[in-house]
Amino acid sequence: MNCKSIIKGFAKGIVLKTERPINLLMLNDNGILNDAAHILNGKSVANRVLVFPYAVGSSVGAYRLYNLRVNKNAPNAIICLKPDLITVSGCAIANIPLVVCSLEDFKMIKDGIEISVDADKGEILF
Amino acid sequence: MELSREEEKALKGEYGEALATAYRILVAIGEATGAQRLIKVEWAHISGVNYNTIGDAGLKFLEDFSKGMEGRKVIIKTTINPMGYDPQKLNNLGQDFTEKQSKIIEAYERLGIKGPYTCIPYEAFELPKAGTQVSFAESNAAVFVNSMLGLITNKESSLSALASAITGKAPDSGLRNTEMRNPKVIVNVRKKLRNELDFAILGYFAGKIDEPSIGIELNENMIIDKTHAKALSASLGLSGSAGLFKIGKFEKWKEKIEFTEKDAEMIKDEISNADKGDVIVFGSPQLGLKELERLVQLMKMRKFRKRCIIFCERGIFNRAKKLGIAEKLESANAEIYCDSCSCLTPYLSKENFDSVITNSVKAAYYLRNWNKLNVSLKSMEEIVEEECE
Repeated sequence: MNCKSIIKGFAKGIVLKTERPINLLMLNDNGILNDAAHILNGKSVANRVLVFPYAVGSSVGAYRLYNLRVNKNAPNAIICLKPDLITVSGCAIANIPLVVCSLEDFKMIKDGIEISVDADKGEILF
Repeated sequence: MELSREEEKALKGEYGEALATAYRILVAIGEATGAQRLIKVEWAHISGVNYNTIGDAGLKFLEDFSKGMEGRKVIIKTTINPMGYDPQKLNNLGQDFTEKQSKIIEAYERLGIKGPYTCIPYEAFELPKAGTQVSFAESNAAVFVNSMLGLITNKESSLSALASAITGKAPDSGLRNTEMRNPKVIVNVRKKLRNELDFAILGYFAGKIDEPSIGIELNENMIIDKTHAKALSASLGLSGSAGLFKIGKFEKWKEKIEFTEKDAEMIKDEISNADKGDVIVFGSPQLGLKELERLVQLMKMRKFRKRCIIFCERGIFNRAKKLGIAEKLESANAEIYCDSCSCLTPYLSKENFDSVITNSVKAAYYLRNWNKLNVSLKSMEEIVEEECE
């Protein structure tokens, strides 16, 4: 499926998906989300293709993405619905491929499947 | 996105790698959000100062970035968020933390960015006129200045605000576009809002709406003061991506959502998981003079029965000292911490405390999820009535 490329790159991985926005500041160095009320609480984004609508909350979330990259626990790629400033700037510095997809396509991407994100061409490959 | 020749050169690295990084951040955001160009901003407020938030990687980034600027500094007014501790209250924070925190401060100083370290720049500094373009990270501050002061900013990230400070520019998109500032979704408040905590809970509710700007219809006779607006801004910024709220009556809307007593209770249940606590925390955001005065008034010469930690802006603390307010609070067992705040603070560790009582939804969220403490949410008035004698 086609998508809009925001930060270029190509990556493969198993999808970790949530319909709920994420406060990226709550990702620890291991990539684990610490947010008691969030469905991904206790799960790790490390080396996955993270699929989520957009980031909320702390502006410092951008640094957390960079932190994950340095600690080798960054997501391989990110697919989101809306390009928020936190995710875009964090991915830009951390070199995490980032694409934005439509709501219909977002619904088609299932948690746990393996996909490839080609952010050079603007394609998601199943 | 159209760039000027100078901007193109900077992006290509002709003025050094650090400036190229700043432009890379701005252009990535501009392309992603449909900006046609970069526009000038007059004030940047930067987040990403507390070592507990940015970590070793953030410290390394800032050291490389600030050295890469080769002596060049920020080119617009630039203010900065709280760091992790109050240098005058070391407690037992440990050398590792304070050394790394100092290195972060040195990196910012290399860029010409100095304290006071505050998340309430709108109370600590002189304000430009409404309509001025600024670039504010720190979510509560972005929402507050957009909504209450008519300044214009997106809800910036740490990195985009830093890039704005270095370049004096921001992508012309999002809430910088007048049309985007008009709310399409309205929250109709069907519940009596009695205090700052009720406004904070309303903010947390409204933030869950996926819109850049949110309308709020209050009941007749209900007014919002600065303390309420701070609480609302902080929790709206916490739970959502919206950067602006507008209070009023609205003639046109796409959707209207009711905020009822039941909604408020559900949110309180989501955040608050204890009835009692062994320490009281006031701030986040840092308290202003009005809030310190109100606390003294409510206490009516009584003292706190347990430890009470108040986070406050340094300049406001100095004013409170001159006015005798600080002394009144300190002699009533309150401890006032400056340059820092409750978000990801090392002062409130699990080793020292089990549970916290606070009137801040934002503090409660971070203390529970990051510090792993139990939290009890109560209004300032309730806290004083229950915990003072």
